[in-house]
Amino acid sequence: MVTVMVAHLGRTTLFLLGEMGRMLLFLAATIAWFTRPPLRPFQILKQLHFIGFKSSFVVVLTAAFTGMVLGLQGYYSLRKFGAEAALGSAVALSMIRELGPVLAALMVTARAGSAMTAEIGIMRITEQIDALDTMAINPLQYLVSPKLVAGLIGVPLLVAIFDVVGIYGGYLVGVELLGVNAGSYWSSIESAVEWKDVYGGILKSISFGLIVSWVCCYKGYYTRMSAEGLGTATTEAVVLTSVLILVWDYFLTSVLL
Amino acid sequence: MIKLVGVEKTLGGQPVLRGVDLEIPPGKLTTIIGRSGEGKSVLLKHMIGLFKPDRGEVWVDDVEISRLKGTALNDARKRFAMLFQGAALFDSLTVFDNVAFPLREKLGLSESDVKRRVGEKLDQVGLTGMGHKFPAELSGGMKKRAGLARALVMEPEILLIDEPTTGLDPLMAKTIHDLIVAMHKTFGFTAVMVSHEIPEIFAISDWVAILKEGKIAAMAPSQEFQQTTDPGILEFISVGGTVALVHAVREG
Repeated sequence: MVTVMVAHLGRTTLFLLGEMGRMLLFLAATIAWFTRPPLRPFQILKQLHFIGFKSSFVVVLTAAFTGMVLGLQGYYSLRKFGAEAALGSAVALSMIRELGPVLAALMVTARAGSAMTAEIGIMRITEQIDALDTMAINPLQYLVSPKLVAGLIGVPLLVAIFDVVGIYGGYLVGVELLGVNAGSYWSSIESAVEWKDVYGGILKSISFGLIVSWVCCYKGYYTRMSAEGLGTATTEAVVLTSVLILVWDYFLTSVLL
Repeated sequence: MIKLVGVEKTLGGQPVLRGVDLEIPPGKLTTIIGRSGEGKSVLLKHMIGLFKPDRGEVWVDDVEISRLKGTALNDARKRFAMLFQGAALFDSLTVFDNVAFPLREKLGLSESDVKRRVGEKLDQVGLTGMGHKFPAELSGGMKKRAGLARALVMEPEILLIDEPTTGLDPLMAKTIHDLIVAMHKTFGFTAVMVSHEIPEIFAISDWVAILKEGKIAAMAPSQEFQQTTDPGILEFISVGGTVALVHAVREG
């Protein structure tokens, strides 16, 4: 019994290590192919439109309600200490340092990441990726690297939008509904938010953008050759990306603090 | 010439190719036949480097394609084109853009040249006026034609064809076979086709190779197969339901 358990543990560990190695090689190969001509700016713009612009509605919606909830909760907590005037800084710091990058990345994962996995996975199953290979066009260069670059550019831009909309959401509830002084709201933000907060948020959003594109493309690229396999790959992509975002967020926060 | 030497491949723990030795004559249409799941498509994909052999070598003239990687492999593939079993058209592109894809990506031609060459190829495969359609709007036969047009638009030296008639009715299968033969005669490329269309392939192929139990059991000009008295080969070709052909062969 113990032998079986140890053997199972060993097999699982080896599989996970192998999978991590394959994922890193996939990333390294994609970066290597990206540096070779042609650059394909049109493909990058197309992906930026898909990952960035087409995710903007859901990001704005999430940001608005997150900011509004923060306004409500923040007001409730701060009022206990008579510190309602600090509502702006509470909302802004939460948004810029933490909620903006994490929630925007999770929304992009759900909307664009899953679609990336499905798109590449279907191309794999229907031999479209093999067709690219036979035309002497590297699929990593043609398909994956534009998505990787678009993730690196698109997610930070979405996070910036998320932060701004979230702060305005907090303003709407805190100032317009609950009566916090507008001047206090904005001035507390101005005095509390430092460059390192913004810088940390940008760094997080760039790394989350990389994680979303990398993991979702990898899962699609190596999907099993069946409809069920593609479904599993899409689920795994969303779950693994979300978990990695949260775990990486903790490590990055502990380093940046 | 494409040459495979002792190619072995195991997939999912199952040995598929167990030492394939095969030489494809240049400029001829060679068909590889074999039972379903025998590894015909796997063998074909070894020729263009989509699969790497576990053991053995794959040569294209003096280049060992099975050892190439990255840009060297891409360079070697420029001599090839492949028609896939399901045509493998890019479903987000129209037929025109599918055929134009390799021209735009690899040759950087002007749009007027692209239009002219794509138009020529669509005419040759009988898809005149269908360029605006998306793959999802095409029938199985039309997809194969579009795939063939895309494969031929770069004027390859070697064309690999994977089960071109799968899923087609007999009439459409014959049309596709005729089209392949006509294109082969017109352009003179080396063609390697994988098929289980027995006996039709004997009429259209220059050479036929039989893949059996992971090895090439026989390879000869197609006329020689029609004169064979080898019971192993006769048994094999009768598996395709061609009892009449087998009787005809036996009767000389």
